[in-house]
Amino acid sequence: MLSLLLIILTSIFFMGIVIRTKSLASGRKGPGILQPIKDIIRLWKKGSVYSTTTSMIFQIAPTIYFSSIVMAILMIPLGNQSGIISFGGDFVMFAYLLALGKFLMIISALDTGSSFEGMGASREALFSMLVEPAFFIIIGSLALFTGHTSFYEIFSTLNYGSYISYLIGALATFVLVLIAMIENSRMPVDDPKTHLELTMVHEVMILDNSGFDLGIILYATPLKFAMYGALIANFFIGAVPLEISIPLFFSIQIIFAIIVGILESFMARFRMSHNPQFIFLLTSVSLLIFFGVLLVLGKFI
Amino acid sequence: MEKILIEIINLLVVFSFLVLPFLKAKRLGYATLAILTIQVLIAFSLVFLVFTNGNVEYSYRGSFVTGNIPIRFDYLSAWFILIISFTFLTGAWYGIQYMKTYKEQTGNLQLHAITYILTFTALFNICIVQNAIVFLVVWELMALGSFILIIFEHYKNETLKAGINFLIQSHVSILFLTISFIWVKVKTGSFDFATIANYSLLHPSMGIGLFVFFFIGFAIKAGFVPFHTWLPLAHPAAPAHISGIMSGVIIKIGIFGILRMLTLIKTDFMFVGYFVLFISVITGLYGVILAIIQHNLKRLLAFHSIENIGIIGMGIGLGCIGLGSDNQWLVIAGFGGALLHTLNHSLFKSLLFFSAGNVYQFAHTMNIESLGGLLKRMPHSAYLFLIGSLAICGLPPFNGFVSEFFIFSGLFKGVASNQFTLTLTMLFSIVALVLIGGLALICFTKAFGIVFLGTTRTEIKVEKYIENPKRVFPLYTIAIAILFIGVMPFIFSSTLLKIIGLFQVQLDPISMPFINRNLANITVIGTYSLAFILLIVIALFIRQVFTKQSTCKSDTTWGCGYTGEIKKAQYTASSFIRTFRKLAEPILYIKKDKKETDEIYPNLLEQVTHPYDKIETVLINKPIYLFKKILNRFVFLQNGNIQSYILYGFIFLVTAILLPILISKIMGLINFLNQL
Repeated sequence: MLSLLLIILTSIFFMGIVIRTKSLASGRKGPGILQPIKDIIRLWKKGSVYSTTTSMIFQIAPTIYFSSIVMAILMIPLGNQSGIISFGGDFVMFAYLLALGKFLMIISALDTGSSFEGMGASREALFSMLVEPAFFIIIGSLALFTGHTSFYEIFSTLNYGSYISYLIGALATFVLVLIAMIENSRMPVDDPKTHLELTMVHEVMILDNSGFDLGIILYATPLKFAMYGALIANFFIGAVPLEISIPLFFSIQIIFAIIVGILESFMARFRMSHNPQFIFLLTSVSLLIFFGVLLVLGKFI
Repeated sequence: MEKILIEIINLLVVFSFLVLPFLKAKRLGYATLAILTIQVLIAFSLVFLVFTNGNVEYSYRGSFVTGNIPIRFDYLSAWFILIISFTFLTGAWYGIQYMKTYKEQTGNLQLHAITYILTFTALFNICIVQNAIVFLVVWELMALGSFILIIFEHYKNETLKAGINFLIQSHVSILFLTISFIWVKVKTGSFDFATIANYSLLHPSMGIGLFVFFFIGFAIKAGFVPFHTWLPLAHPAAPAHISGIMSGVIIKIGIFGILRMLTLIKTDFMFVGYFVLFISVITGLYGVILAIIQHNLKRLLAFHSIENIGIIGMGIGLGCIGLGSDNQWLVIAGFGGALLHTLNHSLFKSLLFFSAGNVYQFAHTMNIESLGGLLKRMPHSAYLFLIGSLAICGLPPFNGFVSEFFIFSGLFKGVASNQFTLTLTMLFSIVALVLIGGLALICFTKAFGIVFLGTTRTEIKVEKYIENPKRVFPLYTIAIAILFIGVMPFIFSSTLLKIIGLFQVQLDPISMPFINRNLANITVIGTYSLAFILLIVIALFIRQVFTKQSTCKSDTTWGCGYTGEIKKAQYTASSFIRTFRKLAEPILYIKKDKKETDEIYPNLLEQVTHPYDKIETVLINKPIYLFKKILNRFVFLQNGNIQSYILYGFIFLVTAILLPILISKIMGLINFLNQL
């Protein structure tokens, strides 16, 4: 329950920090921290335009996409506070729920019959397929490391004993940050601020959404960021009392947001054809984590 | 009691032979449905009896050829009979509507109807007969039955070709089965299945060889790579309800065979587990990678059956590893997942094939590239196809997720093992399963998105097509079953445990509470799926409230300023998967026909791609080509001259008689020389 509240709180200021960081990096003052969420709330109140080509699916997909993310967030613990939903193997359901949301967004993009949105849908489908092994290998390694198979049990028993385990933590954080960037279609893979439809992934998929639907799709991005941020925070929080873990949680989220902002300011988007290789790289890094865990546990023959 | 019921099911086939040839079109359909319904109802009650009262076992005396014919109706048989019966029932239901287009071909339809019932009965008997010879006979009946069912449109050349391909490959499968049964017979002198267990207990090293033979025989039927090549040909050729049954049930009988042998053969399960897991991972990945690049909707679904067989196989492999390493949890998650996925796949795959059949009867084509925007023309089929797609991708809250979750939880438990190789195998299996899921997502967003969404890509001549309730009713039944299993998987836990008990595993009472708790932990996802559905409903309600006051307009799709016709500008199936295709190029074999332009103002340019199956090319087409080349040298023998044919016969007879004599003489000579 607590983690849900904290994630929602984080999602309100997350994008603001990212945008502020980017502005400062490019020498501008930038909008207020709460500006992105204000934009989203304005969208919620607006009317919408639907393409005549579209069907029911186009109208319900954003809502289901959003619910899938909310449902996934319910599984995230906070240190030694379990999430609302917690059971053995909950991370499988976590990943598959997100996949369901993606499935619906992809078909809703195809529903418009637009060539641009089809293009975005195609890329989204491929990239999300490629990124999933990395996530599963990380969680698999952690499951092996701690001997448990649910988010809550893994994170509450995760402790760093040796130097290698610090390395594992650092690598896992690195991979999770990049997974979050890819899942949210941010910089190295996709540029949300581009003005050319041909080079977009996620943004081009939602060209035809408007009003409330666009609002919740846009709100899903900070929510997803906060969700991955919470996962990263859990790497460091461990079983500490609440008065330490909550400030720690927020500071990690803020650092994460600043890192995202810095990455976006100083990194160029890859060529579309280089993206798969880059995402494969994540899988190999996560394999490193796995072997690191094996090394720590002394399971190498 | 049970014996009589089983006999009634078999006698109903004879009855259908007597009655159906005298009926026409509409009545024929209903009579078939009636007979099949009676059979299915009896089968259901038998299944229920078995699950409540335990195994049914009796035997017929048989002739001197077959020996004693034992009939054993155990939990495993009951589970598969449940799956077979349900799919056949919905298939018959749907088939009546589907076959209305062909109502003039009375004779053909009658044959089709009788074979349908015959195939069902053969499948039923395969599950319960435990005498090798009788088993092979019913297996053959099933193979021939499905052959006749596939070639319903035998006047089409392609259908006949696919059918004959199927016939040959299923006989290769029978050949392997026959060899393995002969092996057992020679070693033990009995055709009873029970002797397989005794034999392998005495010779555990032989057990592996025996299992591999059985596995190949059954794998051809099930469609494991590289024995899958008949599958993508036969499925598109058959009528939709037959494709649904083929994919839902008939290939599963191969899985049944493998599972049956695992209950009998006692051998080194570690090896068997690795072997099955390895083949299954390859099957799953290869199936889905090829499925993505298909242009024919039914062929795409057929390749997906291969992928799902891979997932089922992964469950079986996991279970075997569990047996070998004495890890009960792996056994339960593995076999439980495999069994449940067998049921689930039979549901969503038949649903997908039936909706694809509706698409075919509407558009008269299965080419994905020329379809589009069908959701507005046939909403029921479209939404049903969507449910099937979500289920087959293993997404919650549908049933595919439950069985994949079983296998996942087994794999994650296996990662924590103490053996290095096992840990590594499990990790790579997880990666494979995740990749299969992700690729299935690409495949079905393509299939659903291109076929049903957007606008039509080519003009479809709509004659008269009404999506009447009769046509979609069986599909809705399946869809409800899919959702039901998705949210309430726990009703199957005790059933699955009973079946798993057959696999030579000791479910001792001490660990029972532990097992039950773990199983409850797995099946709890049903509750969360239900919660997820509730969450969606609430979210949609909130959306409704929010958007009620706001204005809502309709306009054309945003085309970056372009406002003309977007029909041709839409993304096509090929372009949707282009990036993937480029990535997977090394393992694919795609022929491209490209027209190069040579003028300044080019006319119509086109590019056609033909995806082929690389394994089929390398493993089947090439050897056959070489084989033909060798055999062509002997073509002079076939000179059409009857006298020479008689001479060949005479030569054969003389050699057949003289050869043993000659050999014995030679042996005698060798002996004589040895004695010198």
